Amino acid sequence: MSTLRASVNVTPATGRPFLLYESDRASRALETLGAWILGVLWILPLLYAFWAAFHSSADSTHFTLSAPWTLANFVHAWHAAPFARYFLNTVMLVTMVLGAQLVLVTLAAYAFARFEFRGRGVVFALVLVQLMVMPDVLIVENYRTMTALGIKDTILSIGLPYMASAFGIFLLRQTFKTVPRELDEAARVEGCGPLATLWKVYVPLARPTYLAYALVSVSYHWNNFLWPLIITNSVESRPVTVGLQVFSATDQGLDWSIISAATLLSTGPLLIAFLLFQKQFVQSFMRAGIR
Amino acid sequence: MGRTMRFLRVLARAATALFVALCAAPAFAQAPVEVPFYYPVAVGGPITKIIDGYAADFEKDHPSIKLKPIYSGSYQESIAKALTAVKGGDPPVTSILLSTDMYTLIDEDAIVPFDGLIKTDADRKWLASFYPAFMENSQTGGKTWGIPFQRSTVVLYYNKDAFKAAGLDPNHPPGTWKEMTADAEKLTKRDASGKVTQWGVQIPSSGFPYWLFQGLVIENGINLMNAAGTEVYYDKPETVGALQYWVDLVNKYKVHPPGIVDWGTTPKDFLEGRVAMMWTTTGNLTNIRKNAKFDFGVAMLPANKRRGSPTGGGNFYIFKKSTPAQREAAFEFIKWVTQPERAAQWGIETGYVAVRADAWDTPEMKKYVEGFPAAAVARDQLPFAKAELSTHDNQRVTKALNDGLQAALTGSKSPAAAMKEAQREADRLLRPYR
Amino acid sequence: MRESGSVRRSRGADPVIAWLLLLPAVALLALFTHYPAVANLVHSFYSTPRANHPSTFIGLDNYRNLVEDPVFWKALVNNLWYAFGTIPVSIALALLMAVWVNGRVKGRGFLRLAYFTPTILPMIAVANIWLFFYTPEYGLLEQFLGWFGLGGHNWLGSRDTALPAVMVVAIWKEAGFFMIFYLAALQSMSPQLAEAAAIEGASRFYFFRRVTFPLLMPTTLFVLVNAVINAFRMVDHIVVMTRGGPDNATELLLYYIYEIGFRFFDSGYAAALTMVLLAILAAAALLQFGFLERRTHYQ
Repeated sequence: MSTLRASVNVTPATGRPFLLYESDRASRALETLGAWILGVLWILPLLYAFWAAFHSSADSTHFTLSAPWTLANFVHAWHAAPFARYFLNTVMLVTMVLGAQLVLVTLAAYAFARFEFRGRGVVFALVLVQLMVMPDVLIVENYRTMTALGIKDTILSIGLPYMASAFGIFLLRQTFKTVPRELDEAARVEGCGPLATLWKVYVPLARPTYLAYALVSVSYHWNNFLWPLIITNSVESRPVTVGLQVFSATDQGLDWSIISAATLLSTGPLLIAFLLFQKQFVQSFMRAGIR
Repeated sequence: MGRTMRFLRVLARAATALFVALCAAPAFAQAPVEVPFYYPVAVGGPITKIIDGYAADFEKDHPSIKLKPIYSGSYQESIAKALTAVKGGDPPVTSILLSTDMYTLIDEDAIVPFDGLIKTDADRKWLASFYPAFMENSQTGGKTWGIPFQRSTVVLYYNKDAFKAAGLDPNHPPGTWKEMTADAEKLTKRDASGKVTQWGVQIPSSGFPYWLFQGLVIENGINLMNAAGTEVYYDKPETVGALQYWVDLVNKYKVHPPGIVDWGTTPKDFLEGRVAMMWTTTGNLTNIRKNAKFDFGVAMLPANKRRGSPTGGGNFYIFKKSTPAQREAAFEFIKWVTQPERAAQWGIETGYVAVRADAWDTPEMKKYVEGFPAAAVARDQLPFAKAELSTHDNQRVTKALNDGLQAALTGSKSPAAAMKEAQREADRLLRPYR
Repeated sequence: MRESGSVRRSRGADPVIAWLLLLPAVALLALFTHYPAVANLVHSFYSTPRANHPSTFIGLDNYRNLVEDPVFWKALVNNLWYAFGTIPVSIALALLMAVWVNGRVKGRGFLRLAYFTPTILPMIAVANIWLFFYTPEYGLLEQFLGWFGLGGHNWLGSRDTALPAVMVVAIWKEAGFFMIFYLAALQSMSPQLAEAAAIEGASRFYFFRRVTFPLLMPTTLFVLVNAVINAFRMVDHIVVMTRGGPDNATELLLYYIYEIGFRFFDSGYAAALTMVLLAILAAAALLQFGFLERRTHYQ
């Protein structure tokens, strides 16, 4: 272990200290370069989507800066599929699934973390099975179930198999188990029943876990394609991923301008929201973690 | 608080009244026959709008029928959706699916033949009006299982400007394999470092290479399967010879890009001037016409022992799990949408080949062909067109061939070995059906 | 799993309340996970029902076919390579990104946005854009390599490079997503640790290896579980870019199951394949939760 002279500096972003080693000053430039190259690489597909969406098909594959800009692709894409409705469906789906998941997962995790009852281990193991047996691999069976329940081709049917999330139960149980018992007993001394204790003590303390889980869930259901494709038929229930698919599978060959325009149309609102609120989002994420 | 409560109560009462009224209303209306139908979208353009337009127009003429067009993705997704629905117990009444799905649908007992619905002389005349080439994939065992709707063939697109630049006659596309090879050799341009800037010809091999390959096989004298869909001829000398020719284009003559050529980007390659001749569906016509910055032509595929091309595209099928009233209603729609004027209109708007001869004689179609002669090439090729590869357990038997073709084109197996293995796998799969 | 120091509640109410709390979740799980999984296992011992041949019990025949199926073995090997390729790289990149964005590099805001963007874009859309990147002749990668006089390669159309090309897309999609979790964890690390290390004169790598990384273990476990699930679940890009080709070079297990189940409609064989996939995931889960959980430090 070599001893290097170091000074304690302050991170501009958060005002927290970090170590700055002398040899770092040289490597820091290199790091910045590396980080930027990676960043450019990462955002390249989005940049390309912007380029192609605003230029005609012929210009989409060459990067001559003088090429004329056009909005025709957006018009074309908009008319090719009802994106406004698809987007609304996706938002409803994601919100509904997340809402249901948060409730179900909280109740179940609380039961596993703080209650003793016969068969707890067995039931928990059964719950964990869902970590491996994802609804993605059980499409035919689930389709039959949906038909039997009579809710085929609804947004509910897309989300229902995912609402009881083993992953969420596992995560939240971990978090709940770290809550100090004293708080629990303090709440009871004040006359809170189990649900009130859950709401007043456990839920606030598990906020970072909830945020992390919400991110996983939203991202998953926003991007889910195969199951929604099978289970939905009509415009009223189809999410954006299925709607976008109309551009991928054509005999006429790929038109990157149209595909890019469609992609931007359907993810645009989310991108803008993230752009405007990313600081708040990440801050709250991290601030919740500090506690 | 009191005012709010009163307001809420009024609101609740109004809502209940409205709800009751809405529930009661339908009871007084005559229930129309519902005909849900799946349709895929495989070409660009506002297909959904066109189909919805057809549905609306049809319903105006037939107020007792309610069509429910359901966009079901690509052909692949559509058959998956249809069969999942059949197994799940609630299939649509009719659907546009690949003509090659016929045996699969029959084996799953999912569809009924049209023969039970064709009763009048007018109906029989209507059935006889479709091109025989398209009917080959629509009939088996003496029965008609599908009605052609959106069909296509493979054609050769060629860059006339590139022909001129290479010293070739732009109005004389290659008519034989030898000519195509010779032309391609002249058209393949290399830069100073030896890298190719323009390939002579490319035949796409991603996804479903069997379709393009079938063109070569038919031109070499045989077709890939028998009419009953129980035998395939992957390892026959003509088939292997066709594959050898394709592989030679890459390795021996070096006029064809190496590795797997992507289907989706091939039209773009052509438009970019990266390849002077391409084999692809006639459905690309509108796209190429709109976007080509150069003079281009369309030709029938070159002959070897004879001219040939597979057909492609989708048929209407009627599903078994439907009431007689629904089947009649669906049949009405299918007849309506395949009337000559509408078949012509569909062909013009989408680029598919109008499926009946009298559609080509309608004034709109005549005018269209006058302004755009290339549109008639696919029709002119129809006498030489043969059925697309279609057998029992179709997808799997086709996959065996696709894998073999890709193995040969990427150099991991010789054409003979690849085809022998494909034949072995196909025989294994087809044995239960013989 | 008995806790030490029991909670002082009336014993009678405990199980009832607990079961009531569990009921909704367990009911849904039973309906959409356990029941279909058991049904799937049962179906794997039966032949595929066709219209004229109802399903019959065939014992281990489906599994026998599986063992003799070269495409299955290719898919399995591909998926294992795919998992071993994408999981460590995406996690390592995520960690690297998090460290960079955590305040040591200029332009944090932009970088954070850039790294996270792939998460928001649906794979079905960006796969087409990646197709452009990989297109031979005039694709973006070709154009870029052309500046250096290299290139001329068909990335997706050649058996050696198709799978790595597809892995790159997967890593690109995932790394930024995992970064967020590492970022939150890094931010929640106590600053005194850094100060103590500075005073002791520890080198940066030493500090990272002995302090930061172990403290990030809970996050790593979380991220690892997600990465493993994704390595077997995410096949949307295969659907768009290669469809399993060339010659099964990019065939992955779930994609093969989709082909067998929804293109060939061989539900018996698909059920058997699904059981194999589930066995792999079970093994992975046991490994993760058994082995790694023990090495995790909770703050």
